[in-house]
Amino acid sequence: MGDFEGKGQRLIALCMLGCILFNFPILALFNVPGSLFGVPLLYAYIFLAWALLIALMAWVVEKR
Amino acid sequence: MLLQGWVIVGTSFAYLGLLFAIAYYADQRADAGRSVIASPYVYSLSLAVYATAWTFYGSVGRAASDGVGFLPIYIGPTLMIALWWVVMRKIIRISKQNRITSLADFIASRYGKSALLGGAVTVIAVIGILPYISLQLKAVSNSFTIVLQYPWIIMPDKVDTGGEVMHDTALWVALILAAFTIAFGTRHLDAAEHHEGMVAAIAFESLVKLLAFLAVGAFVTFGIYNGFGDLFDRAAADPKLNAMLTPLEGVAGGYASWVWLTILSMMAIMFLPRQFQVTVIENTDEKHINKAIWLLPLYMLAINVFVLPIAFGGLLHFPEGNVDADTFVLTLPMAQKQELLVLLVFIGGLSAATGMVIVETIALSTMVCNDLVMPVLLRLRRLRLNQRSDLTGLLLGIRRGAIVGILLLGYLYFRLAGEAYALVSIGLISFAAVAQFAPAALGGIFWKGGTRRGALAGLCGGFAVWFYTLLLPALARSGWVPIGLMEQGPFGIALLKPLELFGLAGLDQITHAMIWSMLANIGAYVAVSLAGTPSADEHRQASLFVDVFRQGGEAGGARFWRGTASVPDLYNLLARFQGAAAAESAFADYARARGLRWPADTLIADAEFVHYVEVQLAGAIGAASARVMVASAVKEEALTLDEVRKILDEASEVVMYSHRLEQKSRELEAATAELRAANERLKELDRLKDDFLSTVTHELRTPLTSIRAFSEILNQDPDVDLAQRRKFLGIITKETERLTRIINQVLDLAKIEAGRAEWSEAPVDMRETISDTVSAMSQVFEEKNVRVETRLPDKVPPVKGDVDRIIQVMLNLLSNAVKFCDPADGRIAITLAEEGGSLRIDVRDNGPGVAAGDEHKIFDKFVQAGDTLTDKPQGSGLGLYISRHIVEHHGGRLWVQRRAEKGACFSFTLPLARPASAGRLAQAA
Repeated sequence: MGDFEGKGQRLIALCMLGCILFNFPILALFNVPGSLFGVPLLYAYIFLAWALLIALMAWVVEKR
Repeated sequence: MLLQGWVIVGTSFAYLGLLFAIAYYADQRADAGRSVIASPYVYSLSLAVYATAWTFYGSVGRAASDGVGFLPIYIGPTLMIALWWVVMRKIIRISKQNRITSLADFIASRYGKSALLGGAVTVIAVIGILPYISLQLKAVSNSFTIVLQYPWIIMPDKVDTGGEVMHDTALWVALILAAFTIAFGTRHLDAAEHHEGMVAAIAFESLVKLLAFLAVGAFVTFGIYNGFGDLFDRAAADPKLNAMLTPLEGVAGGYASWVWLTILSMMAIMFLPRQFQVTVIENTDEKHINKAIWLLPLYMLAINVFVLPIAFGGLLHFPEGNVDADTFVLTLPMAQKQELLVLLVFIGGLSAATGMVIVETIALSTMVCNDLVMPVLLRLRRLRLNQRSDLTGLLLGIRRGAIVGILLLGYLYFRLAGEAYALVSIGLISFAAVAQFAPAALGGIFWKGGTRRGALAGLCGGFAVWFYTLLLPALARSGWVPIGLMEQGPFGIALLKPLELFGLAGLDQITHAMIWSMLANIGAYVAVSLAGTPSADEHRQASLFVDVFRQGGEAGGARFWRGTASVPDLYNLLARFQGAAAAESAFADYARARGLRWPADTLIADAEFVHYVEVQLAGAIGAASARVMVASAVKEEALTLDEVRKILDEASEVVMYSHRLEQKSRELEAATAELRAANERLKELDRLKDDFLSTVTHELRTPLTSIRAFSEILNQDPDVDLAQRRKFLGIITKETERLTRIINQVLDLAKIEAGRAEWSEAPVDMRETISDTVSAMSQVFEEKNVRVETRLPDKVPPVKGDVDRIIQVMLNLLSNAVKFCDPADGRIAITLAEEGGSLRIDVRDNGPGVAAGDEHKIFDKFVQAGDTLTDKPQGSGLGLYISRHIVEHHGGRLWVQRRAEKGACFSFTLPLARPASAGRLAQAA
């Protein structure tokens, strides 16, 4: 049961992390002109942060 | 030319046929017990039914007007799904135990199996989802119309259809989809509402739409332009598009809108009827959630990567603005004359739309049948449904009718209000409607205090606000409601303007509606729940739902039933709704689980059995209806609220009692382990005591024997000469001394062990003590021919302690050194030094040294160095033990070092009497 609870808590923490990453004011930091590898900064940030969040979720869920 | 009318229609039907074949195959496999959908990957793909024509066509349209504004719809579910491990697992467990068949059933069941609540949820769901269905119809009919104009690119509203109903594509799409859904979802009645074939087909559709979208995205990004960089560079160069590159500031509502869209989609991924259907009802294994937690967000990420490139590509390619951005996915390949790609995109869009329509209407039709129509029909005594022998046909008929009805209503909404809005705006209206289920559903699984009235008040309040602030303006925009209502408010009251309720202005429509509807919904739910008291039924269901992980399986509900029933009555009841075969196998299953055979053995219609039948029945007609039916078949004695409370209290007492029991047994185990350890120690001590006794006895006997022998000689032989006599008497004296020493040590040990030793305290000069001890033992050194070397500093600060005891330690160490040092050329070195606030005394010998591993053992009681079997024991084995005790009592340390060269070095420290610094100062002065 301990493992179940640990997984749940880690996922809740990740949800909170996501709420912070995709919200004011962090979002505003990237809502400025500029680009990363030719992609506008805000778009690049959102997709990279999203991918990172998914990777972390996969890691938490699949880890034995 | 590839893109002709008959090719497109033919391909569409071929594709639908393929879906049907997949569904048929999956159903066959399921019947054979080798399910294809029992896989986390198929499950995750089926959840991607979330991505509809909205995603496929509409996201690009949204992106073309507000840049990243389309993304919260997919980021919200990513955040929500992280909570699924906690929330969704619970919902799935509850639903499986209670045979929940739909979202309406879930909410009705939670609040005392209330038929009224189930009906309300159904009505809200159907009305709320209509815009969403109309969105799919619009997308499919538009894409069809546009493709037909190939090679010209003309928007559907510019196409002359002649205005006849026969030429209305959307109507045809609605009817064909209705027929297809009926064939798909209502071929037979499944007791658990499982549609394995449908799920397999949906999973396949998810793959098709993803591949089609990725294909067109890659084509636009890398085929028309030279990758992301090139595309965005050109957009940046265009003054109109440049403004969209940091878009969050310009949009109405800005960050507030972003946040509310995220919250809205978090609710939608859980409570859209079709999501509830695939996630909960069609779930075959709770563990599949695991993979879905990251696969579904990954799917959404993948299908969104190319949205912005396509939107910018479209805006660059059609700068005049005569092409609707919602159609860029289709019109861009058309403009490039990529006929095959156009066809693939059309099929992809069809996949996205049909997937949504099929699952949504099946879920809604189940709700309409189980929670709206059946409860009413069953209550109408005139129909005498209670006496009808087989109702399966009636149930299927209701569902088929509901599917056709829902799709036609969707078409009606499309005609009334859908044409004026972009795809995403239509869909968001539906999202806001289903978000109204969140307080009652989530509150219901975590808060026992929520009541039926509270849920009903919250739902109705939230829905009313939604209707007033979202649906009414949508209808008004198309001219069906007087526009004055929007601009001046009802009866000219400006405070009640639907788009600026109570003067709340400056927000976008969805944010505005969400704020007010959630306020009304949650407020009413909590306030009404707290104001009233739950009934017995509500109490029972609340405990079954909230504590689902604490109760043991399906029998949980049986505790609450009391009454009398007969087995044939129950059998007939089940057979009427599920068919005789299903009833037969359900009864056989029940009997087998109890080690009986049916119908050979008699079953007892006890509470557990009646509950089992009710749960089975709930699978076919929903919990509320099942309750009514079972109540009609058995004579039930209603439980009063007090009785339910008592049962619940008893249950919680049992749980608490078992917790206490567990704790007690854990404590007991710990105590047992301690006892065992103590016993081991005792045994060890006992063994040591035995060893000690034999050692001491041996030690005592050796001197005694020699004393006796010499005394006898002296006694019996008077002729012994004087010299001889003296020698004998000397030996006797020495042996007596040895005897005394041993006895003293044993007594000392006893005192120390009992803590009764007497200690005196006075300043001790160690220089003097060492010199005294050495001179006291000089006789012994001489006898053994041992040279003693002392290295003492001129002056040392005194230590505080018992001088006799310290001498005892010195004597012991020295006599040990004498005993073990080299017999031929014995050397002993004694050094005294001041070392960090204490004095350190080293006693070295040049004997064999201490064997490796014995460094600690020799300080134990009764342990002697050397091989006790071959060597003659050289002491009592108490000296070092007592010495260490004495040194430690003085606050010092006694240890032995093994040295590289020959011999052992015993060292001990004694702390100085005064503070070290003061001592050093005195010395310096």
